Amino acid sequence: MPRLPRSTQAERWTRPRVLTLFLALALLALPFADLSLGSHDAGAALARMLSGFIRPDFTAVEQIGRAIWLTVAFAVAGVAAGASAGLVLAPFYHLRGVRWLCIALRSVHELFWALMLMQVMGIAPMTGVLAIALPYAGIFAKVFSEQLDEADPRPAQVLPKGTDALSRFLYARAPLALAVMKHYTLYRLECGMRASAVLGFVGLPTLGFQLDSFFRLGDYGAASAIMICYVVLIASIRLWMRSVLAPLWLLASVVTLTLIQSPPMGSGALMRFLTQDIVPAPLRDGWDGAALWDWLRPLLLSEALPGIIATVLVAQIALALTGALAFAGFGLIVPRVTSRFGRMFGHLGLVILRSFPEYMLAYLFLQIFGPSMLPAILALALHNGAIIAHLLGREGEEIVPGLRRDAPRGLTLWGWELAPRLSGPFIALCLYRWEIILRETAVMGLLGIATLGFYIDSALAELRLDRALVLLIATGLLTAAVDRISRGLRRRTSLGEPRRYRDECC
Amino acid sequence: MSLTILDNETLGYGRTAVLSEVSFALAEGERVVLLGRSGAGKSTLLNAVHDRLAPAHRVALVPQDHALVPQLSVLRNVLMGRLDDHGALYNLTNLLRVRAGDRAGVAKVLEAVGLGPEIDRPVHALSGGQRQRVALARAWWRGGPVLIGDEPVSAVDETQAGVLLEQARSRFPTAMLALHDVGLARRFATRLVGIRRGAILFDAAPEDLSDAEIAALYAG
Repeated sequence: MPRLPRSTQAERWTRPRVLTLFLALALLALPFADLSLGSHDAGAALARMLSGFIRPDFTAVEQIGRAIWLTVAFAVAGVAAGASAGLVLAPFYHLRGVRWLCIALRSVHELFWALMLMQVMGIAPMTGVLAIALPYAGIFAKVFSEQLDEADPRPAQVLPKGTDALSRFLYARAPLALAVMKHYTLYRLECGMRASAVLGFVGLPTLGFQLDSFFRLGDYGAASAIMICYVVLIASIRLWMRSVLAPLWLLASVVTLTLIQSPPMGSGALMRFLTQDIVPAPLRDGWDGAALWDWLRPLLLSEALPGIIATVLVAQIALALTGALAFAGFGLIVPRVTSRFGRMFGHLGLVILRSFPEYMLAYLFLQIFGPSMLPAILALALHNGAIIAHLLGREGEEIVPGLRRDAPRGLTLWGWELAPRLSGPFIALCLYRWEIILRETAVMGLLGIATLGFYIDSALAELRLDRALVLLIATGLLTAAVDRISRGLRRRTSLGEPRRYRDECC
Repeated sequence: MSLTILDNETLGYGRTAVLSEVSFALAEGERVVLLGRSGAGKSTLLNAVHDRLAPAHRVALVPQDHALVPQLSVLRNVLMGRLDDHGALYNLTNLLRVRAGDRAGVAKVLEAVGLGPEIDRPVHALSGGQRQRVALARAWWRGGPVLIGDEPVSAVDETQAGVLLEQARSRFPTAMLALHDVGLARRFATRLVGIRRGAILFDAAPEDLSDAEIAALYAG
């Protein structure tokens, strides 16, 4: 078929069609998704939990305090290490080798990093710090290099010709981007706090671990207390994390982490990991192509493929639900649409849903609804929907003062003025979060939902790291593919790169 | 002796020619001032001459947009004039804590342009005229045989402009500037070059040019 001219191609991908396509995909996925409620009585479980949650119990103050402080310490140390590595890599990001290294680093989820690193270092502080620092280094390198590119190039151009590269960078490039880089690092710390909390679910001594223990004991009051502390801590991050205090926080974090006792690993663990464990089993005694294929084929067909299908099913349904929630919900925080009182509750609800990482929400819903895809879909949709609603609401706040004096109020304003104006950013944000939703869906397999993470976890539990590695690569490729499609759709619908939303990507 | 020669060259950005088939030579000891309406091609000629000279000669440059780093202090912006005289390690440590000798040197230069008290203020806190004087101080600090400046005194008052051009004259044996004030240009230059619509209209000593000839540059 001859290539369509550009204009026709663009017409094929109008925004309503993109929306229809995604809705259709989600509807198609529905019949194949396992959305059953668990065997036990969801209502009773919910009632028990709610009665605990409305009576937060702070008596376990020592455990709560320790878990919260360690969550902060892992986040601060991990983000600091990641940002430093990213800063070193950023000026070289245009080199293909560096770029690919960074893409590989950030394509693996923090939890997967943690699980792999545990094979080498055990449940040690370094495992947690690196699990955050490694993927973040890849992200920081990319964002810092973009920020440096966007800075004013003129001061560097007028420097004397013979000026060496390092001085050129330090005098005329870095200072111009420093403010945005600092701002981004602070934002990333917020993401790091979520990542750090979730690392507890795989055994590190952070919030997730303590939350899990409280749940196992049925101590919902204490669970409620620790979650309240967590939300307050994240909401107030701009108050306690100041530039002048950053070195102090970092020092305290490093000291705390080095004081943690961890079981020693046998010597040579790293070498064994690299030269034995992750090498495909049939290749450990030399190259054998036929045996490799016999090993790889069932792995791909009976683990990677079903894992990918389940991951995509959950992600597509979650994405559609995310969009619906965000579109319906953003008016909650816009003046003239919602009363001052209503907006207060709107903000509170969105802050709470944004603060809890998808994984932690999924964990909570799993306790209520039992194991199926439902908790994962709800968690993904609520968290991501709240983020998009928050961003759209902020745009709406900016639109409202510029409206004509006789503009309507309430739902009419929402439907007639705001929704049409914000439909472009809405689609861009949904496409932008598609990749993030997919990444998080894969990792939710660790909770027992049959997405890719489930198969990775099983392989790790059997200490078959070679198989885990293949599945990790499959996960990375799937994420990369979705990222590409999303980018292409954004370009074709002329929505472009929503750079101003880059700050909101975790 | 001629420092740089353009021989029948066409200059411009990308494919658009700004100056077509220009010939121009700059000799040691000359003070050339370019005159002409904005957009006539003065900056293009200055940039071309700078690029020809810079590899072999030490040139001090004052670009039209100053090209300062607003986040850094006046002191460090001025220091940038000499980064190529030192290695990376020296520059890095100087960025963290400026050596006393460098500071004293820069302070003198800033004193000359009337920015002594401003030495530690960040550039973004300065007014337009002050920023321009920082860009001049950077060129003074760099020093060397040639100064190239694109409207280097456009943002300061006439008296100050005269004083600054006087300093330029005593610091640099050779200079090439674009100016819009004809009076200042006549006093400073040994040679006036008029550019109109992408071509050199005249190139002569100030005393050989009548005010009418110069006014023709800006007419209609």
